Amino acid sequence: MSEHDTGSVEEVLIKYYDGTERLAKVVDREVPYPDGKLIVSRTDPKGIITHANRAFVEMSGYTREELLGVNHYILRHPDMPAVAFKDLWDTVAQGKKWQGYVKNLRKDGSYYWVKATVIPNIRNGELVGYTSVRRKPSRSKIKESEALYATLR
Amino acid sequence: MTLNLSVSPDFPPTHLSGWFIFNTWLQRQLDTGVHLELYDSFDAQREDIRNGKIDLIYANPYDASMLVRELGFKVLVRPRNRADETVIAARADDPRNCVEDLEPGVKIATTADPDVHTMGMIMLESADLDKDNVSFQEYDSYVLVAKALLNGQADAGFFLKAGYDELSELVRNKTKSLVSSQISVVHHTLVIGPRMQEHAELLRERLLGMEEDPKGREVLKSMGLDGWDVMDEEETEFMIDLIDTLIE
Repeated sequence: MSEHDTGSVEEVLIKYYDGTERLAKVVDREVPYPDGKLIVSRTDPKGIITHANRAFVEMSGYTREELLGVNHYILRHPDMPAVAFKDLWDTVAQGKKWQGYVKNLRKDGSYYWVKATVIPNIRNGELVGYTSVRRKPSRSKIKESEALYATLR
Repeated sequence: MTLNLSVSPDFPPTHLSGWFIFNTWLQRQLDTGVHLELYDSFDAQREDIRNGKIDLIYANPYDASMLVRELGFKVLVRPRNRADETVIAARADDPRNCVEDLEPGVKIATTADPDVHTMGMIMLESADLDKDNVSFQEYDSYVLVAKALLNGQADAGFFLKAGYDELSELVRNKTKSLVSSQISVVHHTLVIGPRMQEHAELLRERLLGMEEDPKGREVLKSMGLDGWDVMDEEETEFMIDLIDTLIE
């Protein structure tokens, strides 16, 4: 849990890169990353979720049915700068691995931090999607990322 | 032509004889000679794999990437209920109770097992620990990793969970787990090489049928396995992709 959490609740309009938007509840309360677990998801080339493991379901607060078929940006927290995701997509589009620290928004409005690694899935030379694996970040990396992202928003 | 079977060096020593029994079973099924070659060293085994000396291997997930994507091997089956998980443990009387209690300079006892070492390092990241601020001592077995903990040569040790669970109760009770991975989709696989592809279909069928047959069940028991499950190409690729995200 972050020592700065206030527990405040607000409604925030989140605008996505594809022009869609949604009004989301945002609660300033961190949910700790579970020890020893990896959150795993896969998407198609457009970012639509095609696979969610149990840790992903548990940490996101959504059911598996709610996650499958929707864009991965459903997890995007408004504190995350768009430029971080642009870097992610630019990197994986070149066939490279992307790694970074991400603040995710849960269905209930609270948040969790992850160290995320995203790689393109290549089958017979064709891009068929992306695999994202998230693991527990250190508190110092979270603090650094909070400071950095605040300057990029 | 005699074919060569091998087993990833991280298999539990208690099941050594089981692999010889499996090899006898295998030769009967295929009606051909199969030589079982075992290794103490992961590197020596990898070199022989790369030199085309191995036709069938019970491979650790870390090597599956090289076998499938570089050398044209195909996964036949995976062991049922045998996910590879990693435990980081310390002495039971150590005041440190979680990974975040470990500090730079910590001494880690590990093995050459690439999966366990990789996952152990990932679980240390949350304490800002990496190869630059911890020291490692490599041991040949999980029993020796546990010994290093008990006699104070190491602060924490990396164990394959199955290896940790197989420590004697006396030893295990003198240690405690700081963290245990719960990944569940990373596991060993039985992988067949290009020279042996003609046997692939028959062998998969016989492997899947082992648990239905009393003799097959005995062989499985001697290897410490419950049975085999089909693993299709996409499941294999998924596991390899996942492991790729964990390797720097």
